[in-house]
Amino acid sequence: MAVKVMIPTPLRQFAGKQESVNLEAGTVGDALNALTSQFSDLKKHLYSDDGRLRSFVNVYVNDEDIRYLQKEKTAVQQGDTISIVPSIAGGSQ
Amino acid sequence: MLILKQSLFEQIQAHGARDYPNECCGALLGNDGGTDRTVLGLVPLANQREDSPRDRFQITSEDVRLAEKEASAKGWELIGWYHSHPDSPARPSEFDREHAWPWYSYIIFRVEKAEPQEMRSWRLNDDRASYDEEGIEYIAGAPA
Repeated sequence: MAVKVMIPTPLRQFAGKQESVNLEAGTVGDALNALTSQFSDLKKHLYSDDGRLRSFVNVYVNDEDIRYLQKEKTAVQQGDTISIVPSIAGGSQ
Repeated sequence: MLILKQSLFEQIQAHGARDYPNECCGALLGNDGGTDRTVLGLVPLANQREDSPRDRFQITSEDVRLAEKEASAKGWELIGWYHSHPDSPARPSEFDREHAWPWYSYIIFRVEKAEPQEMRSWRLNDDRASYDEEGIEYIAGAPA
């Protein structure tokens, strides 16, 4: 399925300065794998060392958060838009 | 260099004083000129970290999208974030580093007994291992 992956501003420098990337994928996981295969510098900002999506990386298919769907196994349809949206966290300790 | 109007600096400080002893947080809107960035507006946000707001802050993806829309509506960009460190130094903690995004400017300022103290700005390096500090240049002027 041809899908569009929206790249958040802080990561565009690692994706050829593109706002979005068109990919072929069957699931969200496939799309993210294809994205990080094409742009390997993205990987460390999206995934922790144990291979999981970082907690502050939120992924939507159209307007639905994949946490409430099948997570990275969420199937995508032709023309879907996958958005990577930051949440921001930190603290003094 | 991060260019910050005195009036916005004072608004950030006031937010930190108001929310003390909890951490405050908000978005920085403005223009990215590559080496230098100019903060033109703020979006003060609610700290969504309810379990430990005294030493943690959290901004949800919904609030990030809201800040992006506000920036876009004014022809600006979402260029970074500010948060306070109550009774702690104005530098990134390990927890800050683990959760940071590259590219953004992160203003961190110390609030000691509800009194704002030093303010510093930081950018995460691409290797995620460290930050570069960026200087803050204060200029006169009201918010845009």
